[in-house]
Amino acid sequence: MNIVVLVKQVPDSGSERSLRADDRTVDRASASNVINEMDEYAIEEALKIKEAHGGEVTVLTMGPASATESIRKALSMGPDKAVHVMDDALHGSCALATSKVLAAALATLNADIIVSGAESTDGRVQVMPQMLAERLGIAAVTGARKLTIEGTSLTAERQTEEGVEIVTAGMPAVVSVWDTINEPRYPSFKGIMQAKSKPLTVLSLADLGIAADEVGLAGASSQVVDAAKRPARQAGTRVTDSGEGGVALVDFLTSEKFV
Amino acid sequence: MSEVLVVVEHAAGAVKKVTLEMLTMARDLGTPSAVVFGAPGTAAPLAGKLAEYGAAKIYVAESDDIDGHLVAPKATVLARLVGEVSPAAVLIGSTQEGKEIAARVAVKLDNGLLTDVASLAADGTAKQAVFAGSTLVTSKVTRGRPLVTVRPNSLTPTPAPAAGDLSPVDTAVDDASKLVKVVERKAESKGSRPELTEASIVVSGGRGIGSADNFKLVEEFADLLGAAVGASRAATDSGFYPHQFQVGQTGKTVSPQLYVALGISGAIQHRAGMQTSKTIAVVNKDPEAPIFELADFGVVGDLFKIVPQAAEEIRKRR
Repeated sequence: MNIVVLVKQVPDSGSERSLRADDRTVDRASASNVINEMDEYAIEEALKIKEAHGGEVTVLTMGPASATESIRKALSMGPDKAVHVMDDALHGSCALATSKVLAAALATLNADIIVSGAESTDGRVQVMPQMLAERLGIAAVTGARKLTIEGTSLTAERQTEEGVEIVTAGMPAVVSVWDTINEPRYPSFKGIMQAKSKPLTVLSLADLGIAADEVGLAGASSQVVDAAKRPARQAGTRVTDSGEGGVALVDFLTSEKFV
Repeated sequence: MSEVLVVVEHAAGAVKKVTLEMLTMARDLGTPSAVVFGAPGTAAPLAGKLAEYGAAKIYVAESDDIDGHLVAPKATVLARLVGEVSPAAVLIGSTQEGKEIAARVAVKLDNGLLTDVASLAADGTAKQAVFAGSTLVTSKVTRGRPLVTVRPNSLTPTPAPAAGDLSPVDTAVDDASKLVKVVERKAESKGSRPELTEASIVVSGGRGIGSADNFKLVEEFADLLGAAVGASRAATDSGFYPHQFQVGQTGKTVSPQLYVALGISGAIQHRAGMQTSKTIAVVNKDPEAPIFELADFGVVGDLFKIVPQAAEEIRKRR
């Protein structure tokens, strides 16, 4: 089985994040950059599929040079090799352009199954699996919290707004996963050492046959025209319960007309 | 005036609140037209409500293919409809499914897409809150028409009765739209409570609730306020409450009028999903808990004493 897992480097959601003042793209230079948390579950699921069905796991990342660090970290969990799409012209790409680039890279990888996180913690847009499936003409099974594969068909239990849905699809397919699907492994020392020498292929836009003006800020289909930090919330009244805390809470709710 | 397409979110034969919000938003941009997707017979019971909130026309896209597959058939039909009516804008709920329909339509039409939009001006500029609500962004689609997903609870819906003429649309789809079959749907009971992302009031419990059994306390308090029940990741990971109700970075994002956090410390994971709430009230025994930094009103103390007392007090005042 040829398994590809999508990995994105994002600014750590646990620290201060901001947009750059000049072009209003995500400020990566001043951020602590990490693997998108949900992608660790995707890597784990990809490794589980390999362990059960054989094959090879390839990490696919689009991002600047700094993303190499996240790719090596991903490889240390166990995938066999990685492809890094890197090109200065990609800076500021919208979701549509990103999906065009990733779809072109996927077309060279001949994947049976493409696993991704359900969303990235920076954009939280949740559109990439469907955009890729649309471009590649393959199935997209999103938000899986359980996945089983038999032969060339897969069955997933997916979380919806209303509850749970069971869906089936053939392969190839894009499958996105929530953090309820598994418990990602920690890289072993051996894994960390091996990751340094695993094959890492760097592809440019030219390698993928995509022109520079189709991507990046120049080719973006949407534009951020203004951005401002929201003033931090101010802590309000705080009381320590000495027997009347519940009444104080209701007084507050009443004053705000919720009771 | 140009039409504005509003994709109707519905469940169990009723129109969801976000749909009424989108119809209200659409009236500032043009003439609202609702688009209903579902199995045959879905649109008729929804029509009255859609007309009441301003839908001049209701496009009816009903077929077993639409009901029996993941989003692709809806996207195929919607993209075709956009081509036919050239709407001024397309509004879709910013739910998982809504974003996925929008994703495919964006690719099919090579049209820019904005998600989690709180407001949309007539010139197509949209407001979004990003990075867990810490940054406010103004943005616009620069290729194609405004194709946006609208965050629930962004505005107050108001009625504006219109004709609501039913208009069937062609629902034929190719095989590429039918690659993922839905074989079973299991609704997880939320009782009679409002839906989490749409609720005006949300009462959430965290690790401090201590057990699945104790979550009854959260539910009872929520029911008194007519609220939805949420849970922190610590609580869902511990099995206290179903994952479906998780509020936070890897769960639902909520933006209610009132958010009540019970026994929640306020890790960034949780704050990311609730800090755009209008008013926040907190009960936690740890005075150092970061959730207090967000609280308009906080009580430091034992929630197992404070919450029952508050519940009793609310009953008394009614």
